[in-house]
Amino acid sequence: MTTLSEQRVVAPPVTDEVVLAVHDVRIYDQVNDREIVHGISFQLTPGKVVGIVGESGSGKTLTCRAALGILPEHFAVSGGQIDITGRNIAQLTPAEWTDLRGATISAVFQDPASYLNPSIRVGSQIAEVIRVKTRASRRQARHRALELLALVHLRDPALVYDQYTFELSGGMLQRVLIATAIAADPTVLIADEATTALDVTVQAEILDLLADLQERTGLALLVVSHDLAVVAQLCDEVLVMREGHVVEQGPTTEVLQHPRHEYTRMLIAEHEQYGLDRYLDEH
Amino acid sequence: MSTDNPVLTVTDLEVHYGARRRRRQALNGVSLEVGRGEVVGLIGETGSGKSTFARAVLGLVPFSRGQVLIDGEDVTGHSQRKWRELRRRGVIQYVFQDPLRSLDPDATIEDSLVEPLLIRGDSRADAVARIRPLLSRVHLDDELLPRLPGELSGGQRQRVAVARALVTEPALIILDEPVSALDSANRVGVLEILKELRSAEVSLVFISHDLGSVAGVADRIAVMYQGQLVENGPARDVITAPQHVYTRLLIGSAPTLRSAAANRSERAALRALLHA
Repeated sequence: MTTLSEQRVVAPPVTDEVVLAVHDVRIYDQVNDREIVHGISFQLTPGKVVGIVGESGSGKTLTCRAALGILPEHFAVSGGQIDITGRNIAQLTPAEWTDLRGATISAVFQDPASYLNPSIRVGSQIAEVIRVKTRASRRQARHRALELLALVHLRDPALVYDQYTFELSGGMLQRVLIATAIAADPTVLIADEATTALDVTVQAEILDLLADLQERTGLALLVVSHDLAVVAQLCDEVLVMREGHVVEQGPTTEVLQHPRHEYTRMLIAEHEQYGLDRYLDEH
Repeated sequence: MSTDNPVLTVTDLEVHYGARRRRRQALNGVSLEVGRGEVVGLIGETGSGKSTFARAVLGLVPFSRGQVLIDGEDVTGHSQRKWRELRRRGVIQYVFQDPLRSLDPDATIEDSLVEPLLIRGDSRADAVARIRPLLSRVHLDDELLPRLPGELSGGQRQRVAVARALVTEPALIILDEPVSALDSANRVGVLEILKELRSAEVSLVFISHDLGSVAGVADRIAVMYQGQLVENGPARDVITAPQHVYTRLLIGSAPTLRSAAANRSERAALRALLHA
């Protein structure tokens, strides 16, 4: 396994500056005339990892999409405020959003293949992002794309650069997507079920990679998963969502050791009764 | 549980897909025995051959070498007709990942449940009487009987599929990723039912990519990797003292509630070892 290429390792500025602030955000479905997310608040500072756990329909993905300014058409933020590096996103113009996305806040989702063009080599797609976002020359962009492919632990960056999506496995594609997402040095990365469709060993590889990036570059992470254990592995703070309500929120160890809500207790019991935990406890 | 009269004995199974230059080995000399009343978890990643194993045992894909005994009967050279006859007796049953695709969308739950019994030759009245106690075993209400699969939740549908597998009182049920498509609450529900079945006279082969979902139910865990069985032992031993590098990586990678940061370098070392 390669380590991060040296020139990329920039010591993160250690600040308490809030890079993503979500204050009591409510999300409304205008077609069905009902509120879907009933108030969610959390803050991300550089190097911090916050996790949201919940089932499909709990509102976790809508919260992510609201923070990225890409809510589906008839959904709207109906209350509260979201600030990205101190700027209220409600006041951003489309041009300002374009500048912000990728360069400040970025995201990876569940199905990596659907975010890549199947008829363009993956390397060129990363290089394109770099050229648009950093105004680099073609040569510089290619060079940087190769660096990024090495950074996400792809074994042969030069080979992968010239491959098409159908030639790569799900885990490799998700790595390409992560490389693309961090190409413009964002401050915040949202990983929404980014490892859900992957095999367990590949999932662990991607989670390890995210932890690596967060430690070395000071990236702030928002990790969304239906699996409490995935979130527990990475996050400092966890929010448990159910039917649009945050039913539990706090430092991860606190939530795991003293869950207050019945639903959180069920998520924990699932692992303790049926998972590996019951055997690992014996050690 | 006894191994002197196994429900399933698979010896040196080999399966190939494709022809000539595209011929690829999917199973490479797999041997596995399932004792009476035993629950075996068969674990492996995408492409490891675990579903091919299930299909070969069920007579759905031909195997090029090896022997399969189901409840003492050698099915190795069985013709399609003999396979159909074996399935009709309901000695072996299977449950797939997506119950919406394995249940007839136009048949009521009652019709789906009695069908295997009617095929076996029971009268409808007898069949209906038999399925009632099964419903409580899979924690379903009688009220669901007149409904269609589409009107049920994913968890309820999977429980119907388990009940349908149980109606013929099979010696063995093979479940291929039975809980992978379910959310937490429903997953716990189905796992609970599988756990309760252990007291019954039925053996289970529980196939999953997720060691976590099998660990709490299985007596024994078998791990497949690249078409081979690389580990096979009591669940506790496999989890606490895995032998093969892949199993060690698999266990090190399984999400648990304990912070895994400390295992990161260990995982990196195992990956390097596995891919060397």
